[in-house]
Amino acid sequence: MIEVEAVSHTYRTPDGREIPALERVSLQVREREFIALLGPSGCGKSTLLYLVGGFLPVGAGAIRIDGAPVAGPGPDRGIVFQHFALFPWKTVRGNVLYGLEKLGLPRPERERRAQEYIDLVGLSGFEASYPSQLSGGMKQRAALARTLAIDPSTLLMDEPFGALDAQTRSLMQSELLAIWQRSPKTVIFVTHDVQEAVYLAQRVVVMSARPGRVKAVVETSFDRADPHLFKSPAFVEKVDEIWGLVRDEALKAQAGRA
Amino acid sequence: MRLHLVSPDVLPSLSSVLEAWWKLALDAELWRSAGASLYRGAAGLALAVVAGGALGIAMAWWRPVNALASPLVEALYPMPKSALIPVTVLWLGFGDGSKILLIFLGCMLPVTLGAFNGARSSDQALVWSARSMGASRLAVLRDVVLPSALPELLNGIRTAIALSFILLVSSELIVARSGLGYLIGFLGEGGVYDAMFAVVLTVAFLGFFADRLYLLLYNRVLRWRE
Repeated sequence: MIEVEAVSHTYRTPDGREIPALERVSLQVREREFIALLGPSGCGKSTLLYLVGGFLPVGAGAIRIDGAPVAGPGPDRGIVFQHFALFPWKTVRGNVLYGLEKLGLPRPERERRAQEYIDLVGLSGFEASYPSQLSGGMKQRAALARTLAIDPSTLLMDEPFGALDAQTRSLMQSELLAIWQRSPKTVIFVTHDVQEAVYLAQRVVVMSARPGRVKAVVETSFDRADPHLFKSPAFVEKVDEIWGLVRDEALKAQAGRA
Repeated sequence: MRLHLVSPDVLPSLSSVLEAWWKLALDAELWRSAGASLYRGAAGLALAVVAGGALGIAMAWWRPVNALASPLVEALYPMPKSALIPVTVLWLGFGDGSKILLIFLGCMLPVTLGAFNGARSSDQALVWSARSMGASRLAVLRDVVLPSALPELLNGIRTAIALSFILLVSSELIVARSGLGYLIGFLGEGGVYDAMFAVVLTVAFLGFFADRLYLLLYNRVLRWRE
């Protein structure tokens, strides 16, 4: 269980100005729950993710994972970034092996697990390729394999499919769901794509424009195996409802910038 | 074909230069000189790469190191390093030591700047990825910051190699009792111009060859790039 309690966060710009990114955000994520953080750009949804990941220090408020306050990054929370963040000097296999080496697994076990996850994401045959030789979708598959291989209990995803073309994105969405259904993990998925959030998540957390607050938490449980889901009235209505919430905030964000 | 811009006495024909080179090559003196020069160049460069690389990475990684070292680096960078020739001779005499020190001092800064710029540009997401997979801060330095710095660091080293030849030959020309630069000066003063040009040609070839060899290594190490 991840508990975010009245967390605020302020950014300091290089010229010394302080910009409030998050204001008293509270949120509870249950074990093996898939939630989406949705909001206009600049609403602090990624910041919240980085705070849970332990990459940024929690200034005001508290974040606890199974009761223990977050003190830094750790292999219990795997992260997938929008721009993949693969080590460009390592092959696909080298990237997937990296975390397994850090776990201190014996070599045969590392090799076996790396291959297992490379196969899982459909990259068999590309083990010896460098990231620069892969398409965007393949890079994100490799990054996913690298993170899944160390078997984190929580998956933090920072607009992971945002840099992919529409077809690849929808393919990756259903594959991610399939992987999650086979071995459920707690997932916090940051996105600004409403349909993606409604399709993937069990709950969608809509965040307000800067400074980010939780504006609404919407339950979104659908039969994801239904091939006509995207056209079903219930799904369309839900997307529309949430889109209404986000649009207000996007307009506010725009007015704030103007 | 000859343009007669300078007197043929001081610009010997290519055939006579090659002939002189062949004579020099049969004599051990050319190889002894080349050996002495290459030793000085390699030793100075090796020291510059190790110390310069370490300093650059340390500057990028620890703010206090940067605050201390960067004004010094910036002030010394544009200084013509050949001005240090008399200084290093004063400190270490006419032998190998003064040349090695000069090349070390002259070649260190391009390496430092390359390592610094490369390490500073390492991607935050890569650092965080490594940390989230359980890498300690020191492991991140080795596994992420160092390889991220490699392309720029290797560019800095290439500049340093070119510089090392300049410093090597000019210091040997001015104060030395051995080495290719010394041989050029010695033959020139003796009026043996075809032989002098043969040594100049040897230096030029060595410089070219060193750069080509380095590029081969460079492309091999950075083969992961597009």
